[in-house]
This record gives sequence, structure tokens and C-alpha cells, in this order.
Amino acid sequence: MNIVVCIKQVPGTTKVAINPATNTLIREGVEAIVNPFDVYAVEEGIRLREKFGGKVTVIIMGPPQADQAVKTCIGMGVDDGIILSDRAFAGSDTLATSYTLAQGIKKMGGADVILTGKQAMDGDTAQVGPGIANWLDIPFVAWVKKIEDVNLAGKTIRVERMMDDGYEVIQSSLPMLLSVVKEINEPRIESMRGKMKAKSYKPVIWNAKDIECDPDFIGLRGSPTLVNRVFVPVRSGKKEIIEGATVEAKAESVVNKLRAAKLIN
Amino acid sequence: MAIKVLNEKCVGCKLCLPTCAQGAITMSDTKKAFIDPVKCNYCGACLDACKKFKAILIQVDRKVSDVDLSLYKGIWVYAEQRQGEIASVVYELLNEGRKLATQLGEELCAVLIGNNVTHRANELILHGADKVYVVDSNCLKDFNDESYSKALVALVEEYKPNIILTGATALGRSFIPKVAVMLETGLTADCTQLDIDEYTKLLLQTRPAFGGNLMATITCPSFRPQMATVRHKVFKKAAKDPNRKGLIITKNIQEDCLLARTKLIDFVKEVESTVNLSEADIIVSGGRGLGEAKNFSLVRELAQQINGAVGASRAAVDAGWIPYSHQVGQTGKTVCPKLYIAVGISGSIQHMAGMQSSENIIAINKDPQAPIFEIATYGIVGDLFEVIPALIAKIKK
Repeated sequence: MNIVVCIKQVPGTTKVAINPATNTLIREGVEAIVNPFDVYAVEEGIRLREKFGGKVTVIIMGPPQADQAVKTCIGMGVDDGIILSDRAFAGSDTLATSYTLAQGIKKMGGADVILTGKQAMDGDTAQVGPGIANWLDIPFVAWVKKIEDVNLAGKTIRVERMMDDGYEVIQSSLPMLLSVVKEINEPRIESMRGKMKAKSYKPVIWNAKDIECDPDFIGLRGSPTLVNRVFVPVRSGKKEIIEGATVEAKAESVVNKLRAAKLIN
Repeated sequence: MAIKVLNEKCVGCKLCLPTCAQGAITMSDTKKAFIDPVKCNYCGACLDACKKFKAILIQVDRKVSDVDLSLYKGIWVYAEQRQGEIASVVYELLNEGRKLATQLGEELCAVLIGNNVTHRANELILHGADKVYVVDSNCLKDFNDESYSKALVALVEEYKPNIILTGATALGRSFIPKVAVMLETGLTADCTQLDIDEYTKLLLQTRPAFGGNLMATITCPSFRPQMATVRHKVFKKAAKDPNRKGLIITKNIQEDCLLARTKLIDFVKEVESTVNLSEADIIVSGGRGLGEAKNFSLVRELAQQINGAVGASRAAVDAGWIPYSHQVGQTGKTVCPKLYIAVGISGSIQHMAGMQSSENIIAINKDPQAPIFEIATYGIVGDLFEVIPALIAKIKK
């Protein structure tokens, strides 16, 4: 089974914070990590290989430093990693990013199953996965919480997709792309042997020409959306701490306020 | 593509510095802004800050679509439905869509795709739609990304809308990205604010990024339609006018043009989530402070008393006290109810990212330093095992 996992490198989110004095994003000392949602996709890819044999490859678009993300995945047990890196990719929105990754996957010769995390931790768009599937003209299922069954001979897969009020069981033909939620598995940590392998591992790097990109579809040039303005939101919390001599008094005060605001009966 | 600071125009005011999410701008020794071309992602945020001095210049070699943009007219709202039930976010979008339609002087339309749904079209007209485009077909019985995308794309290609708004639901966020790629246009996810630019008449799409720590306003200048998914509960529902009249336009699409490679086998409703978290007006969430699984009954009882849904922090879910479908936060659901009660939740950045836009937040925590109090409307510092029973007693009275 040929498995491809699309990953992204993002700032380690717990440290993303705003400096209240300057209103800027604090980026010093923020390490780049593999997007946490993608780690579940990597784990699921490795599990599929363990069950069905074959190969798992991660693919990432980013600067050459993205090799750190690839090495993390190699440490977990992924076989290979490919970095798509070119100055021409800078400024890509989700349309251009999905096109670029799809071109990379085409160059690899496609896959039986392509996995992505449900969304990236920094952009939170969840748009790149379905975009890739469309460029590759393969079916897509979002928010997968379980792979129930894979029938390689019959070229079908059955998955559970999480919805707002329950889950759907969906059957799809292969090849296909699915995005996974964290409920799908418990990712393993990098093994000692994996870390050793990762240390000396050199990922393949492809540029725009290698993957035969149409210059009209990549980078800023291929991105229909423009970021006009970035600002820090105003938090509207009144921050009123309810005072009262007893717990009962505090409770009564809050309940009265909520009733006055017609929030509860 | 290049970005540069015109040194003769830069006054060294530093206004551009905080706008750069990439941290690419620094001040040079000569007190002029300097933009590191390696860090810069050409987002253009600094240009906005430098409107007054026009000292920053991006030279873009941008692809411009060859279509006549003026042919694209009207604001469309995708009327999400499952089993004929229209999602409540649709009525919110009709309300906001009406505001945009008035600003642009264009019509407001709804798009209804499904099977045996035509009879629901009038409901959309009564809530503000001037026209409803309907695709009603046997092969659209169950929601399916491929079939629904093809139906919507067929409508767009024929009727050319200026703007398409869709709810940022599990379903909307799944299939709208495919539609945008099929149309090769821009899409902005999870918007919380929409507006029309006075001069360019472009849709200004504002959304949270970095888990709500930053807001970004995004436009799609040269491609149509301009597409956005919009969060629940951000806008008020449109009022119903029983006398409103409108036009219903039915489009027949041959079934073999709507074929899909995925098939719905079954739908399993989750037993405990009797109230859909993303649609709930009131949510009571429990966290680590509850200590153990059985204490979640306190949260459930309070929720029941005030007709709320039950949420949880990641800590409570990871501890196995409640299923993942209840998790609120960056790795769970983003919610925006009228009232959010956080019980024994200290308020990690990730949790707050999922609930900080709630209209009213009540925090109950024994630690007065807990970050959750920073965003709370009202905070109660105290032992939740005393506070919650007291609240329940007062509510019952």
C-alpha cells in the first residue's frame, strides 16, 4: 500500500502569545513543530503500513528548514520525506498550496491513501486537504475518526466521519484523501532507532520546476486571496469577580445577573 | 515579486512593526523600517499600517483572471440542510447577507441542494432571500462532498454570483473548499466579521488566526465568486416576514453529472450529545478541577437545569471522563454560545481559542489567578463542589 501524509511545520502553539506592551506576536524562542493534527495523520499512515505493508512518505511545502519536521516523522517510523521548496512558493494561500502539494504527489506517482490532519494549528483553515483531492481528482472525506476497513483488492475503504451531532460511516473508492481528527489514534513517540535514522536522513528537495508547476498557480501569483490587515482582537470580558460572604450569596448574585440579562429562566 | 521600504518616505513611526505576523520588520540603524525578504510572506498587512506615508511597496507579478468581474452579481447563501432540516446558521447568514446586499445594491439569494427539499425554499424567502436556486435530485438524498460540489458549481457557472457565504459547520467546511478549488477562486475560512469596502466594493472577510490571538482581514480582489465560510452564532438570525415574496428557480442536472465516489452507509447519532454543541445557546463545560469522571454529573445537572449543552476541556477528555465530541478548544470544537459556564477550567490558550467569542462567560475556579478569569464576564472564586450545588439550588428556586 502506498501511503502519503501531507504535513505542515507550524510555530509551537503553546508559546504563541501577544506581547501586551508592543502588541506584537512573540516569536522569539518559538520552536517549529509538526502541526499537531498532522501527527495523528502520520501515526495513522504508519499503522496502515504495519497492517497492509508498503511505504509511508511525508510531503511538506516550506523552506529547507522543514527538514526538521520530516526528521520528526522519520523518527516515528515514516520511510521517506519530500520537501517542496522554492522562493516562488512564498505567499501561497490555500489554493496555491493545495495545487503545489498535488503537483508533488503527482511527481511521486500518486498514492493509494493520502492523509492530512484536519487543519493546521496556525491558519486553522482546513482547506488544503480537500483542495489537494480536487486537483488530483480523487474522493475526499473530512474529519475521519476511524478507518473501519480497507479492501485493497476491491479498492475500497470504509471510514467514520465525525459530524457536529454524531458520525457518518462512509465508503469510498481508492485512491482517496482523508483528513483525520485527534480521536483516531494515540500517536507514538519517536523511537531510539528512528531518531538514529532521522539524524543522518536527508530528505529529497523538489523545486517548482521539478514538480512541473504552472507559474500561474503557485505562490502569491497563484493566490486569489490577499491578507489586507492583521490585528489583535479586543477582549471584551468585564472581568467582574463576584463578591459575597458565603457561597450561597455569590451564587444568588450570579443567578440574579443571568436572569436580569434573560440568559436563564 | 519584491517588497521594499522607500527610505525617503519612511518616517520611522514604527506603526508597521506590530502588523507583521512574520516578525520580518525591524528598525535599521538609520531609524527606517527594514523588511527581511526571507521572513516576509508578502501578506501586505504593513502596507495598510503605512497608508499615510505610503513608504512600503510590494511589486507583485500577480495573475489576473481574464473574466469580466462585473458579470458577477448577487450575494448567495448556501442553505445547508440534512434530511430536509435547514441548519440554523443559514438564517444567520441571510441576515448578514441582507446587510451586504443592501451595501452593494445587489440581490440576496439562497441555494438549496438536496432531495425533496423544494418545499423548504419558501422558508428561505420568508427569511430574506429574493431568489432561491434549487437543485432537487434523487442522487442528492444524502450529503456527499462530490455530488453537492458539482451541483453548486453548475449553479455558479450559470448564474455567476459575486459572493457565496456558507456556515463553517462540519459539512460546510468539508465541501466548500472543494467548490472553491473547482472554481479556482479564493475562500476564507471561519469568518467572524463581514463588510464591504467603501471604495473597492470588495468583501472584507475577517477571521481569527493563531487560535484567536490574531485577527486577519482578507479579500479576494481579482477572482469571483468571493467565498467565505462563517461561524455559527456570530450574527443574529434573520426575522421572518410571513408576507415576503420571492422567486424559486429550479435547475435540473442530469444524474450522471452528479455521481460520487463516496457513499453514506450509516449515520450514528451520538447518544450523549442531545444538544449540538455548536448550535447551543448555553454551554456548561467541565475541566480538570472536577477531579474524577463521576463528578461530571454536577456539570450535567447544572446544564440540564438551564437547558444547556455539556462541554469539556481537553484535560477532562484526555482523562477519559467524557467523549471527545464534547471537547471545546483548538483541538475540539469552536463554540460561540450566549452563555458559557467554565467549571474547574483554568483556561489554557487552546481552550480559550475555542470559546472566547462567547457572548457571556462565567468562570468558576478556586484559583483566583486562573487565566480564564481574564476573559470572563463574571468570575466566582471558590470550590466548585460548593459553588455548583449552590447555583443549582438558586436556579431551582
